[in-house]
Amino acid sequence: MTLTTMIQKMSEGLGNTCAIFFYTLLFALPLGVVFALLRMSKNIVISKLTQLIVSVLRGTPLMLQLLAVTYGPYYLFGMSISRNKLIPVVIAFSINYAAYFSEIYRGGIESISVGQYEAAAILGYSKAQTFIKIILPQVIRRILPSVTNEIVTLVKDTSIAFTVSYQEMFTIGKQIANSQTSFMPFVVAGVFYYIFNALVGFVMGRAEKAMSYYKQ
Amino acid sequence: MNVLKMTDIKKSFGDNEVLKGVSLTVDEGEVVSIIGSSGGGKSTLLRCATLLETVDGGIITYMGDDVTYYNAKGKLCYSKDLKKFKRVFGLVFQNFNLFPHFSVLKNVMDAPVSVLGRDKKEVREECLALLNKMGLGDKAKAYPCELSGGQQQRVSIVRALAMKPDILFFDEPTSALDPELTGEVLKVIKSLAEEKMTMVIVTHEMAFARAVSDRVIFIDNGIIVEEGTPDDIFGNTKNERTRQFLQNYNN
Ligand SMILES: Nc1ncnc2c1ncn2[C@@H]1O[C@H](COP(=O)(O)OP(=O)(O)OP(=O)(O)O)[C@@H](O)[C@H]1O
Ligand SMILES: [Mg+2]
Repeated sequence: MTLTTMIQKMSEGLGNTCAIFFYTLLFALPLGVVFALLRMSKNIVISKLTQLIVSVLRGTPLMLQLLAVTYGPYYLFGMSISRNKLIPVVIAFSINYAAYFSEIYRGGIESISVGQYEAAAILGYSKAQTFIKIILPQVIRRILPSVTNEIVTLVKDTSIAFTVSYQEMFTIGKQIANSQTSFMPFVVAGVFYYIFNALVGFVMGRAEKAMSYYKQ
Repeated sequence: MNVLKMTDIKKSFGDNEVLKGVSLTVDEGEVVSIIGSSGGGKSTLLRCATLLETVDGGIITYMGDDVTYYNAKGKLCYSKDLKKFKRVFGLVFQNFNLFPHFSVLKNVMDAPVSVLGRDKKEVREECLALLNKMGLGDKAKAYPCELSGGQQQRVSIVRALAMKPDILFFDEPTSALDPELTGEVLKVIKSLAEEKMTMVIVTHEMAFARAVSDRVIFIDNGIIVEEGTPDDIFGNTKNERTRQFLQNYNN
């Protein structure tokens, strides 16, 4: 197999790689807010339970969670294994990344001084207005670098989907590597991920720059 | 009419009884200064008046309406409509607490527009006029981080004024400023006093308090030790504790 066919075949999996990436961000970013709010709940039970869930999600391998989501329903309830593997992959990735995002959000929210809340309260802003207009924009600015780190990791983590044979770029590369007994597909995959993350770095850098119109 | 009336206010943090029954009235157009040593409860009193803290006992009344009251069972309750009262007062913080992600103009305009629901264009003109008056006309587009402390504090005063409060509280408005910047802020407060703005000012600037106030209150250890005209307090107080405090202060 020539290098060009190899690259071509692996590129066909890039669509699926991007699907994991974008769907995971789409669901995990807001789900992280839910986790963070539950974690900061005044209700001790809710808060502690969320803390436990988040710590399990962060403390066990994503690969294990992916296997559990994909095959768990079959072993536990005899349900058939979903043919479209994108669904369990996105579910597992979204929940896992939401756990990481929630801790970043929480740190960001807790880093805003009480003075900001008090100034807003004195001016009569409602709780929702205070959060959306005053707190959230400052939090986003502060957490953007940490979120970028997670997104960079996510790009690389999409390769974990090979464990459930979802046909993304790395899974195809690994199949080629096996059939051709060649190391080249891994080199190609490495280059792909590197370029992908260069794009992520560029976009997030622009976002950070756009938000740095004030000193914090 | 009393703009603010606080009667027998009590407040504890755990075992620490910080306010031990403080009563205070402020009339329309009056400027009241509160002085006293550190930890005496001055900030706590302002925070109770501005609803940042809840009191354990006592009645707070704004413009004749009760914020707190005792129900039939003798239990202290807060009014259901606190929003109404929040329009009555403003508070200027020691460390400004401007919104760093808003421009100066937005800091000042946003609450009248999005809290009071007023017309944006009208508010904008009013706020620009206020900023001009405070010598901040050229800073409308700047961000707080681009201003000196004195300028930031003047912006925060304008932000409070833009809500057209009936009474304005200041908690040590110049304590976070370099000495050479306190003057510009005190000047602004003085000009408000001349316009008969009702104000309660916690301050360590004794000369300023003497010059600007109609009444001075000395608080120590959670009680009002002495209350009187600036001349009563600073001129020839007969109270031993007040004299001691002022003497320590001058040294
Ligand atoms: N949120 C709080 N929790 C516990 N204790 C508090 C709290 N706020 C104030 N205190 C205590 O209440 C007492 C009075 O504090 P307060 O800030 O009202 O004093 P102050 O007169 O404003 O002093 P200063 O001149 O230093 O500003 C202090 O002993 C302080 O430790
Ligand atoms: Mg204080």
